[in-house]
Amino acid sequence: MGEIFDIMLGLGDKFAAHIVLAASAIGLGILVALPLAIWASRSPTVARLTLGFASLVQTIPALALLALFFPILLSLRAVFGEDLPTLGFLPALLALALYALLPILRNAVTAQANLDPQLLEAADGVGMTGWQKLRFVEAPLSAPFIMAGIRTASVWTIGAATLSTTIGQPGLGDPIFAGLQTQNWALVVAGCLASAGLALAADALLGMVERGLANRQKWQWSAGLLGVALGLGAALYAQGGGEDEDTIIIASKQFSENLILSRLIGSQLEDAGYSVAYRDGLGSAVVHSAVASSSVDISVDYTGTIWTNEMKRTDNPGREAMYETIVQWERENTGISILGRLGFENAYAFAMRADRAAELGAETLEDIVPIAPQLTFGGDPEFFERPEWKAVRDAYGLRVGETRNFSPTFMYNALKSGEADAISAYTSDGRLAVDRFIILEDPREALPSYDAMVMLSPRVSDDAALIEALEPLVGAIPVEWMREANYSVDREDNEKVTPEVAAERLTEKIGL
Amino acid sequence: MLKGRQLPIMSAHDESASGALIRFENAERRYGEVVAVGGVTLDITAGSFVALVGSSGSGKSTLLKMVNTLVKPTGGRVLFAGDDVTTLPQAKLRRRVGYVFQGIGLFPHYTVAENIAMGPRLAGERLADARIAELLELVELERDMASRMPDELSGGQRQRVGVARALANDPEILIMDEPFGALDPITRDALGEKVRELHVKLGLTTVMVTHDMAEALLLADRVLVMSAGELVADETPRALLGGAGGEVAQGLVAVPREQAERLAHMEEHS
Repeated sequence: MGEIFDIMLGLGDKFAAHIVLAASAIGLGILVALPLAIWASRSPTVARLTLGFASLVQTIPALALLALFFPILLSLRAVFGEDLPTLGFLPALLALALYALLPILRNAVTAQANLDPQLLEAADGVGMTGWQKLRFVEAPLSAPFIMAGIRTASVWTIGAATLSTTIGQPGLGDPIFAGLQTQNWALVVAGCLASAGLALAADALLGMVERGLANRQKWQWSAGLLGVALGLGAALYAQGGGEDEDTIIIASKQFSENLILSRLIGSQLEDAGYSVAYRDGLGSAVVHSAVASSSVDISVDYTGTIWTNEMKRTDNPGREAMYETIVQWERENTGISILGRLGFENAYAFAMRADRAAELGAETLEDIVPIAPQLTFGGDPEFFERPEWKAVRDAYGLRVGETRNFSPTFMYNALKSGEADAISAYTSDGRLAVDRFIILEDPREALPSYDAMVMLSPRVSDDAALIEALEPLVGAIPVEWMREANYSVDREDNEKVTPEVAAERLTEKIGL
Repeated sequence: MLKGRQLPIMSAHDESASGALIRFENAERRYGEVVAVGGVTLDITAGSFVALVGSSGSGKSTLLKMVNTLVKPTGGRVLFAGDDVTTLPQAKLRRRVGYVFQGIGLFPHYTVAENIAMGPRLAGERLADARIAELLELVELERDMASRMPDELSGGQRQRVGVARALANDPEILIMDEPFGALDPITRDALGEKVRELHVKLGLTTVMVTHDMAEALLLADRVLVMSAGELVADETPRALLGGAGGEVAQGLVAVPREQAERLAHMEEHS
């Protein structure tokens, strides 16, 4: 418990960023929803259309909605210029504001529809203009209901804002995602507690405003609003400092290895005098575009990922040729410059429990083809949509029984417990050796190679000092070291360390 | 059916035709195929107390609401002091017409004083406390009621506030739509008398819609009877009691008359 408390004390800036993001999103939601609600109260067609749209938005999972704003904003750069941010605050704000729309709009429209028609007739009868009617009758009588909608929206938005971590906006999702990747449950709990606490506090304050409006107690709603204003002010004040333009932003994807390497790169740059900021837990699909657009400056990506996802290639020219082709393709098409390969591969491979493989007599992918319809295959959330899976399926004529998605962390537990017979493992994963899993060989070379590469955004690709600081990492990390580092973060006993410590140890090994 | 009788009705009040405060000229209101009010022609003289009587759905409320354009005519015209009401600025017109209705419609989030002062406030005037006290006194409410909220009042008190609110603008005409319909008989009777008294005292022009013929006969000096969107009778209370006004009107008059006779009979034999 003490550990969780300590972590929460260190979350100050995340907390502030979370408040500012959520409050801005709710504010924008209110600004859009209220005029729409007024319009809707004057026109049933508008009411139907706006409520329909807001409900539709609500059916999109929050995570997907956040991710969708990246390509949307990227395409909007054609209109607003290259300075339009595609990651971080702006997309998070827009997605969350859309999400906040429904409860506010629905409550406002319902409140208007439920106003006593006799009161509205009285308002007309005493000679109110449309605007006076809104100001003196409709708005004050609807206010408690609208406030209830804002309250609901606030609780939702504060919760959903934790997901904005995946598009590079710092917040209370950072400790949650970092903790999930590294199985550091104290981090997860601390993030959840902080987010839940914030939601409860907002709910209590806005509830006070709502009751104050309903009971017509001015002190009550004023006190509630004052509380909200103080919290916001404190968050804005705390957020005051930010990243300046010289800060190098390093991305990491949602797994331990990428997180460790981001810290390794970061500490090298800090030693060279750079100020560094991290964007952790970015979606794999977002990272490449983010580097290409200089929304982040450095990432570690893998040859096979670029080959299949970005270049849409399905052939396999061999490890060296693939790397050379990618370097050239990135230079010509995206402006990303590839510093070099780190020296190890983190390829997709199929892993099975040694005893289960022996029982089934499976050593290669060819061996499991006949029994595959009876097997359950586990994969990370994107695996069964990836071209690699399709390539394997086509190359071997593989027909599997059931496929299940797990987060990378849980995938190994699923394999251990028998919930999955085979999983899409990563060759640099430390848990492979420790848990006595075997990797099925790939005699038809259906799976491409996955050399880890350091990717530089166009913004920093000519920075000689930066390149000099990172050059020693090229070719410096054999797969055994990477496995060890990964395992030190992924293990679940008291030897477990943070990605920062693992990165430090790796630095020592490399001899820097 | 009215068309043929149009002229005789006009001629009954010929002397006021030129000086009518309200004039309906073949005023008509349709909702799709349904005719709520079909071509009514009528003059209402300044200073008169007119009761508009009829059963539910006869079109009496619809006709009344045409005066302050809460209902807009689909045919014909309604003139207010010579001007077509649909051409007058709507909010301004409505402040010239005091409106009281069955729902009362006090604004629950404003005090009694704020409710009464609402009309002048809309026009940008602040009603003096003394004037509010005076209006409360007119409807026989205590001065300290001014700071109460509507939900602290009884139904009768609320409708008294409703009347005070309607009078706050010094309206040129008071129109009332079933104003006492939701009140108990004793309150109803007292408030009816009060309104009649105010009508005389303030020199008002008053039009009251009611389905209660007894109320109409006792309070008004002219009774109009509507049926199926048409005006079917236009008589003084005395003439109606004397048997004038035709079948529908006499049907309505028969109800309170029979009740009165039965009550008298019971008294005689008790």
